Amino acid sequence: MAGPIVEVRNLRKTYGPKVAVDDVSFAVQPGEIFGILGPNGAGKTTTVETLAGLRQADGGTVRVRGIDTQRDPAAVKDILGVQLQEAMLHDKITVGEALGLFAGFYSDPADPGELLDLLDLREHADRQFGKLSGGQKQRLSIALALVGNPEIAVLDELTTGLDPQARRATWDLVERVRATGVTILLVTHFMEEAERLCDRLVVIDAGRVVAAGTPQGLIDGLDDGRTVVVRFAPDDVARGRELLADLAARDAEVATAEAQGATEVAVTGTRRVLFAVVPALAAADLVPDDVRTVTRSLEDVFLAVTGRTYQPDAQPDAQPDTSTGTPLVSATTREGDRS
Amino acid sequence: MTAITADAAPRPTAGRGWRGYGRLVRTETRVWLRDFGSVFFGILFPSVILLGVGFGIPGMREPITDAPADSIWYGVTPIATYLPTVLSMAIGTLAVLSLPVTFATFRDKGVLRRLSTTPMRPQALIVAHLTINVATTLVGVALALVVAQLAFGLVAPTQLGVVLLAFVLGMLAMFSVGMLLSALVSKPSTANAVGSLIYFPMLFLAGLWTPGPIMPDVVRQIGQFTPMGATAQAMDTGWFGDGFPLLQVVVMVVWTAVLLPLAGRLFRWS
Repeated sequence: MAGPIVEVRNLRKTYGPKVAVDDVSFAVQPGEIFGILGPNGAGKTTTVETLAGLRQADGGTVRVRGIDTQRDPAAVKDILGVQLQEAMLHDKITVGEALGLFAGFYSDPADPGELLDLLDLREHADRQFGKLSGGQKQRLSIALALVGNPEIAVLDELTTGLDPQARRATWDLVERVRATGVTILLVTHFMEEAERLCDRLVVIDAGRVVAAGTPQGLIDGLDDGRTVVVRFAPDDVARGRELLADLAARDAEVATAEAQGATEVAVTGTRRVLFAVVPALAAADLVPDDVRTVTRSLEDVFLAVTGRTYQPDAQPDAQPDTSTGTPLVSATTREGDRS
Repeated sequence: MTAITADAAPRPTAGRGWRGYGRLVRTETRVWLRDFGSVFFGILFPSVILLGVGFGIPGMREPITDAPADSIWYGVTPIATYLPTVLSMAIGTLAVLSLPVTFATFRDKGVLRRLSTTPMRPQALIVAHLTINVATTLVGVALALVVAQLAFGLVAPTQLGVVLLAFVLGMLAMFSVGMLLSALVSKPSTANAVGSLIYFPMLFLAGLWTPGPIMPDVVRQIGQFTPMGATAQAMDTGWFGDGFPLLQVVVMVVWTAVLLPLAGRLFRWS
């Protein structure tokens, strides 16, 4: 594999006494979708803005295709497409005009017409920015990040404020873009988004990388414990609880069995806990209404590495320049993309 | 880090940072003209004021005979004496009211920050909008002159050079005021409020309500130190009088020399 296309080492950035980025390092390989995941205020946006040469770091190095973006930010602007959180356009500029305008800034721009098709904006080409829905604005924002034919596209909080349907449509687009060969650096506070899209990611909390790897690798690496939740019919609950508690007491694969709600029992144990539970139920001829294994997610990873439940909006935003900004998608456009 | 980086950087070229500038100006002009307010206040407003005052107020088209015979105003129609004030107002409207709102909107929406991620320099947007506003001022002034000629007949300036100098220096001074506002204000509503707080007193001191011949002396004394008042008074002198409006010219130069570098220094990009 060739060397990393983006390399961040020991990045540090403070705003006065406030440490926005404490110590962040990661490397992005060409062609991958790389995620920067963390709660609001964790330092994600500051990290990518420094990476793009928009901010001066207080320490560490940032290289994009080997170019130090702190020393020579202008040198990467042709190869780095950036979709900034909360960056908008003039309300009266049309989609087509904006794409044409931005295309003109680059030495080797993409064909704006192809981008209109790629991002399903063709039919809105003559519509003014102020009249677009939230999803359409986001798609234009992605198109503008791609219009310079970049090698790397930074997408910051792409789906914030979108409804679930528009969000899924946007995820599909990101995968379509990656298929064209663009390396994507995805900044998000949505665990689900990171899990779904990213090949690899770093989890950032309070300005530090607290976990790094593939989403599945991080989840699998949590621990070897598994949880099975069994739901019984109301008449069987008492027998079921007794049976599973007994099982926990005598089977080495089963650690605990705890009542959960009125009709459920959560059984924890080793990776083989399911193999212990099902035969025991079968032997007692106790037919459960439902058996499910608890799926673990990046939220569990976050809990494991920080000791806190993941709450994306728990902290105020660390970026001083966004604290007064309006949300990217206002209430009036919140109903999402109905096209 | 390996060898892939060696040939990576696009080499700086002569025009780096200004590629696509022509398109930027064309697009920004088109978008700007879509706003009714820009077109009305930038282009039509001076003519509308001239016509409204000229035809709406009795006696505006009768030559002044109650002034001393040696006054520069003697024999001139009041509407003609109003023209320098209206032209000064035309500059101030765009410079102080329109331009800061444009930049506050850009800042508020993150347009300047967005632009700084592209190879285009964000400074280009400033140059583009100065160009647009200066050009619009010229169009509005030209239209006002044509309208004044057709409706009332213009008085030929006694010193055309002084009038032109006053106009150019007035543009510099008032656009410096506008650029300082543009440099600092972060919300369009604030830009509007602060712009109005400066604009309307300046209009008063430039004689919009009390043009040349009927201006109270105290208004003239104060007004000559304001950018718009100095412009109007210097134009009065060039249009109807003789001599050189030295004080007013110095005032306009000082406003420009102080405010414009300050605006450049203080300009907030986000």
